[in-house]
Parts: sequence; C-alpha cells; structure tokens
Amino acid sequence: MAMFSQNPIMNGPNYSFSDTPKVNAPEGARQHRFDPYTDNGGSTLAIAGKDFTIMAGDTRLTSGYSINSRYHPKVFKIGGTTADQKDASIVLSVVGFAADGEALKERLDAICKMYRYRHGKAMSVKACAQRLSTILYQKRFFPYYTYAILGGLDEEGNGAVYSYDPVGSYEREQCRAGGAAASLIMPFLDNQVNFKNQYVPGSGEGHALQERPRNPLSRTEVEILVKDAFDGAVERHIEVGDGLQMMVITKDGIEEILLPLKRD
Amino acid sequence: MDHRPQAWGRPRDDIYGAYDGSYLQTTGPKQNTQAPVVTGTSVVALKFKDGVVIAADNLASYGSLARFTDVKRLRVFLDTSVVGFGGDVSDMQYLDRHLNELAIDESYETDPSAPDAGALNAANLHKYLQKLMYKRRNDFDPLWNQILVAGLDSGSKPFLASVDLRGTAFSSPSLASGFGAALAQPIMRKYAATEEDAAKLSREDAVKVVQECMKVLYYRDARSMDKYSIAVVTKEGVELKEDEQLEKQSWAFAERIRGYGTQTV
Amino acid sequence: MFRNNYDNDSVTFSPQGRIFQVEYAAEAVKQGSVVVGITSKKHVVLVALKRNAEELSSYQKKIFAIDEHAGIAIAGLTSDARVLSNFMKQQCLGHRLTYGRDLPVRTLVDMIGAKAQQNTQQYGKRPYGVGLLIAGVDEQGPHLFEFQPSGMTEEMVAFAIGARSQMARTYLEKNLELFADCSREELIAHGLKALKESLVQDRELTIENTSVGVTGFSKADDGSTKVEQFKVFDGQEVNGWIESVADDKAAAEGESMEVDG
Repeated sequence: MAMFSQNPIMNGPNYSFSDTPKVNAPEGARQHRFDPYTDNGGSTLAIAGKDFTIMAGDTRLTSGYSINSRYHPKVFKIGGTTADQKDASIVLSVVGFAADGEALKERLDAICKMYRYRHGKAMSVKACAQRLSTILYQKRFFPYYTYAILGGLDEEGNGAVYSYDPVGSYEREQCRAGGAAASLIMPFLDNQVNFKNQYVPGSGEGHALQERPRNPLSRTEVEILVKDAFDGAVERHIEVGDGLQMMVITKDGIEEILLPLKRD
Repeated sequence: MDHRPQAWGRPRDDIYGAYDGSYLQTTGPKQNTQAPVVTGTSVVALKFKDGVVIAADNLASYGSLARFTDVKRLRVFLDTSVVGFGGDVSDMQYLDRHLNELAIDESYETDPSAPDAGALNAANLHKYLQKLMYKRRNDFDPLWNQILVAGLDSGSKPFLASVDLRGTAFSSPSLASGFGAALAQPIMRKYAATEEDAAKLSREDAVKVVQECMKVLYYRDARSMDKYSIAVVTKEGVELKEDEQLEKQSWAFAERIRGYGTQTV
Repeated sequence: MFRNNYDNDSVTFSPQGRIFQVEYAAEAVKQGSVVVGITSKKHVVLVALKRNAEELSSYQKKIFAIDEHAGIAIAGLTSDARVLSNFMKQQCLGHRLTYGRDLPVRTLVDMIGAKAQQNTQQYGKRPYGVGLLIAGVDEQGPHLFEFQPSGMTEEMVAFAIGARSQMARTYLEKNLELFADCSREELIAHGLKALKESLVQDRELTIENTSVGVTGFSKADDGSTKVEQFKVFDGQEVNGWIESVADDKAAAEGESMEVDG
C-alpha cells in the first residue's frame, strides 16, 4: 500500500523532494508551455526600379482576430547618423513576429551606426544585405521570426532589393512581397513587374509565342502597382489594412508616403 | 494519510488521480514560469486632448476564484507616468519593485532644481519595459503580463502604448488588454478612431468613456469586479483614484440573454 | 640613482599621500596639444590644436563625435582616448536602444570617471594617459565636463587642457562673463582666441591644425528647439572662423598663402 509505505526502511518512497514522481501529469492533464512567437500579420512589398526602389508595407498590427494597432510601421530607414534617420539611404521592412522585427531593425541600425563611426562613411546596401544575412543566421536555432526585405540603391545607382527568409537565406531580386498576403501579391507582381505570362499578340502560337519584352517601370507606374497590390490584399486578407506606408529611395534621399487603406 | 511534505496541501490521489509532482524536481533542466497563477484581467486606456485616462479593476483572480479583491493594478512612475498591469500578479509585483528602483536611480541623475527636465518620460519607460519583456522572453523566462504605459512623450504630447509577455509593443489612441481588447476597444474606437479624434476628446468625455468600458467589462467578463482604479495623466501630473465603484449598473439586459446556462427557451 | 620607491605601480601611496603613477598620467595630459571648451546658454563648442609628428605626417585627430548630442576633445595619448571614445559610443548607443533617448551627459561622464578610477586602484593596471573635455547637450541644457586620468570629472563653464593651456585658461577667466549669452559663432570665436593664446611664438592657426566641434540647440522650422547634432569641423570648414579671429587681415592672408603652398 503506497499510502503507508513512506518509510525508507520499508523500501517505500522517501520524504525527500527528489523522490516525488518524475513523470509529468498523467495523460489528459493540461500542460501549459510558453510559446515565444506570435504572428502579427501584415504584408510588405518591395520593387526595384532603374534609379529608385520602393519599399511598402501596411500599418496594421494584429494578433489573432484582434487589431492591436492601426498604425504600426513595418518599413524603417536604417543607418542614418541620427535617431530620426534624416540622412539614411537604406530601408528595411520586416513582417511576421513584430517584437523580433523590431529587435532585428534596431540591431541592424546599431551595426550601421558603428560602421559609420569606425569607417567614417555609410554602409553600402550590398554590405548591409550581407550583414543582415549573418545576423539572421546567427540566430539559426532560435530565429527572428521575420521576413525581412532590404532596399536601397547599389553602387551604380540602380534600385536594389534583397529578400530574406527567417534564417538568413537571401538573394537580390527585382521585386518581392512578404508576410501574410505575400502569396496574394507575388503572382500579381510576377505578371506586372516581370511580365510573366505576357506575350506579344500575334507573334505565333504555343512555344512560338514571343514573350513580352521586359522594360524597367517608371516610378509612377510602380507606385500605382503598389497601391493596387495592397488594395487587392486588403480585400482578401483580414490581417492587412488600415494604412499603406511607402518609402521611395532615390539618389536625392528617401521620400515617405502614407496612404489610407480600408479599415474594415 | 500521506505524511510526506511534498504531499501536504495537495489534492488526494485517490480522488483526483496522480498529482503532477514533476515541478518539485531539482535535477534536470531549469524550468521557468510556464503559466500565470494569480491574475488580473483587463486594463483599458484612452488618449484625450491633453493626456491619457487609464483604468483597471482591483481584482486578482486565482483561476476562477476571486482571490484578492483589493489589488491595485495601476502604478505611478516618477509622478509623470502610469503603468497598468494585466496578467500574473506576482510578476506585476516584481516589475513594480523593479520600476521603483529605476525611479530612485533616475532621480539621482536629474537636477533637483528642475526635476521634470531630463527624467524618464512615459515613452522612455515604455521602451525600457519593452526591452525588459523581450529579454525575458528570449531567456524563456517571461514576465506573464500585458502592460499599458500612459503618460506624455518628449514633446509633452499624450503617450499610450502597450507591451506584452513576448515583448511585442504597439501604440494606439485607445488600448485595452485581455478581454478589454474584444469588449472595450470597440467602444473606445467609436469615440477615438484616430489620433486626430483623440486630440479632440475632452478629459470629462474620455473619463466617461473609460468608465463605461469598465462597466461593460464587469457585465461580461467573469474575472472582473465592480471596484476599480482610474488614473488621469496630464502635464500637471497624475491623478490616481484607487477605490472607485462602478455606478448606475443596469442588469436588465441579462434577462434577454439566451443560449448559455439552463434556460430551455 | 634611486629616487622614488613609490611610483612603480598605481596602487601604492607615497608617504606624502600621493600616487605617483596617477600624477605622471596627469603629466601625459600636459604633453598633449591644447584643447579648449566653452559653453553658452544654447551651445557648447570644443576647439583644438592638432599636431603632426613630423612634416611628412598627417595631423592627429583631436575631436571625436561620440553620439548625436555629445563629443570629446582629447589631450594626451590618442590611443587611450580611443578606448574611452569607443566605450562612450557603446554606452550612448546602448542607452538609446533601451530608453529611446540621448544618454544624459553627466551620466556618461560619471561612467568614464568610474572606469578610469578603477585603473588607479587595481594592481597591474595603468591609468589612462589622456585628459578629455566632454561637450554635450541634454534636457538640462549644454554641458562641458573635464575628465582627468585620476578619474576626476568636473563640470565647467569653460576650460582648457593640454600643453600651455594655462594661457588659454587665463583668456577664458578674463572673458567668463561674456560666454553665457554668446551666439554659436561668437562662442567659436572665443574658443579660437583662447586657443591662439596658447600657441608658441611664430605659430598660427591654420586650416590644417585647427579643429572645431559644436553641439547645442537650434530653432527648428516650426519654432521648436532641436538638438544640433555634434559635428566636427576640419580643413576648409574652419577657414572662415580662423579668418574671423585673425590678428589683422594681412596676417590671415599670409597664413592662407602658406597653406596653399
């Protein structure tokens, strides 16, 4: 009888705490475990033009079905000399888990600032892109749960967009959508930016069809594309909406544009 | 009866099944808080023209038991900001001690002839708490709270922001934690959908809206209470009232509720 | 040959109650070229005389930006100063990250004071061989601090450290009342005049050897006050200021001729 056999001499359980049952609660018992991640929704989008890059993101912050905030920017200027980033030339967008995104942004910004302090010049987008990959990879086993996109102008002054997965794989691209509505926006971009599935009318049939030649889009065209992409995403995804934040990076600096989106 | 000390005060095995004593083990990997125990429910807050109103009831629950009925969940920081805590009460008390320490350290740094200049404002405090909460989540030792910080920013404009146990931080003209996010936010957003709307709200109206929210929460949130604390933060300082009673309750609506309980029609 | 038994380390007092290593470190500060700092109600400026080890070498930097709102001027061992500068930069970045604000200047200065003091009380350590003037602004206004290798820090209205700095200090003392209401430009001019007092015979301020650092409050477009980012001015940027304090026009022109050559 377990009830009466607590005496060690009788080979029963001991009084020591280490003699308490080692197993967890029996089956069916509730076990609460801390989940360090949440998905805060939202979507981002970046398109590189000939001599500009546009980075955009909606400003809604959700958790589950709740809207936590209608204005929580996902697109940030990085690496200026001051906290207000007025002379910055690189833009980072982060979407996914907001706290990780914030931490990632601040870490990259601090690194850019230290780079400037040590070398007396701003970091290039290329260098910054490589460094961001390293930061993400260093946390390979407890990742920053974010889909980051870095944008700016490369050494030749061409628009540059680098996109990342949460553990640091990255590549330079013409355009990329990230976050909740990425799967809604990306095919639209494939068609409208890279002219996928567009052919020259009357150029033949089947494989003989000629693809529509790709030509770089103008800034106004891209701005309209971004707006349309987000209007579409808002319509079909509950986590996207409220406001559209756009950063246009040109050789003259970064212009920030804020437009309303549906708040439903 | 089982006389072993680890069995004291435990539910009887023969009635409730084997007790999960695994948490008493001192060997094996270190384990941190995995669940809140004594908890506070919603905190609600609303910005207005020249400040912020924030409120929380005075109840600390132990599961569904209304365990402590006089727990103040609004804390004043440096006479300039108010911090409202939802979630685990012991973690709240830890944070309160920590913030007191911070306030003392901070007052050594500031010039006594101009105590307002240079002290940590609500925006600074919120940033700090966000870093603290995020660090604890990274260590897998979270402080199980959702926190609202109300006060003024460096430009003396109303400031209201939230941070939770994962370090997620955000700001909005009105904020509510816990059940309030579902019940109080829609009410507050009617009056202050945008920052511009909030900047037009008078203090009296803002207080009225928040009181209304507390009432609705008491009607519908089973872990709430009719005794609450409310604070108004403006440039002039903090006015905190900790023993408020919900007034003009009307439970007439309860009659019409169908579909829970035992009614058959 | 045996002169002093009490200067082998920085942890031993002499019978007179002195710590020679710390005093020698203070001497290193006096070997460094002169730097001057002045505050007004709105601004704080640092001006420095840069030296080149030889004709062929470049001039050693004297003023460093630490953060948006603070900078330092150094006199003594530049390499020791860099250690302190890096430390201060890290602290400022860290503070901004956790609190979202500028690190208050006094807190910053107290940090390096404490750091330097430790070196005077632990066996095997050496005091920093550098003195600093720390200029910065925070909510309480512009500040100027002096830092010595002993770990001593003190807030100043105006001060000068480094070789022949006594002459600059005499100038500052004479004009003390004027500084509070000076404009940004006037304050820089006073700084340069003080610096000139410390020059050796036949030496002049040139765009090569003069460095200026400024921070303070400026009016923003909307009328609110904004912190003017701490900036170091070198080379052509300081030309106007040097000319404005030239003894006479001819001398200034003669100097710039020499520079061009």
